[in-house]
Amino acid sequence: MSDPRLQMSSVSQASVLATNKVLRNTYALLSATLIFSALMAALSTVLHVGHGTSLICSFAALALIWFVLPRTAESAAGIAVVFAFTGLLGFGLGPVLNFYLNMAHGAQAIATSLGGTAVVFIGLSGYALATQRDFSFLGGFLFSGLMVVLLAALAGIFLNMPGLWLAINAAVILIFSGFILFDTSRIINGGVTNYVIATTSIYLSIYNIFISLLHLVGFAGND
Amino acid sequence: MDWMKFAYAVLVVALLIFIFPAAKYWLKNSPKAERGDWQAFLLPIGLVVLFVIGLMWIVSQ
Repeated sequence: MSDPRLQMSSVSQASVLATNKVLRNTYALLSATLIFSALMAALSTVLHVGHGTSLICSFAALALIWFVLPRTAESAAGIAVVFAFTGLLGFGLGPVLNFYLNMAHGAQAIATSLGGTAVVFIGLSGYALATQRDFSFLGGFLFSGLMVVLLAALAGIFLNMPGLWLAINAAVILIFSGFILFDTSRIINGGVTNYVIATTSIYLSIYNIFISLLHLVGFAGND
Repeated sequence: MDWMKFAYAVLVVALLIFIFPAAKYWLKNSPKAERGDWQAFLLPIGLVVLFVIGLMWIVSQ
């Protein structure tokens, strides 16, 4: 008879290897999609894409993540869907980037936000990896916070209050920073085993932190 | 443009509908925080807040 302790040890080793594989694949796909998304953003900036096109891209990206990704996430087609999703969101950034590029310190604001987003992402995922802590207790808090922020954004569309938009952007940075901890810890602790889904979640956090940081930095830099 | 505002509002409502099932699931099934969990969350989030304030201060100079 084999030693049960040895069996447990090999099961735990297999689990660690599987987790490391998901983590490695997630970061590899995330890097590739971020580069692709940045290229699409640069293309839409050069083409001076309008707000209408940007809105259509957002609707198309939402449709992909809502209806197509759940059906394809377990197959190779899921990777193509993630590239399409991130490409659409990147292309939709054109009007926002052009808006800031036309401002006095706009290019500096974009560069600062890019660097700032990278620091926040690397810092938070490094923290989650180093501590190995399970942040899944944040799930209810983060999702309900996101619902509140979306309701505030809905009100903000019609109320036109700059103060409300600043508060919303600050809240978005905090909530999606929490989502980076939440998603990374779920990969580490085996809560997510599909790297396509994991990449999509982390990409969305990085994307939203970048946009909100750009608005806050742009506001601070342009009086 | 009013139609743009309306379209953005439709997008936000669609996002709310998209997120609602996940929010409902996690509100019901989130594990309870253990001792020290909230401190472990608030420490990096506090650093993010300080970092963002610092960035805003630097670009405003």
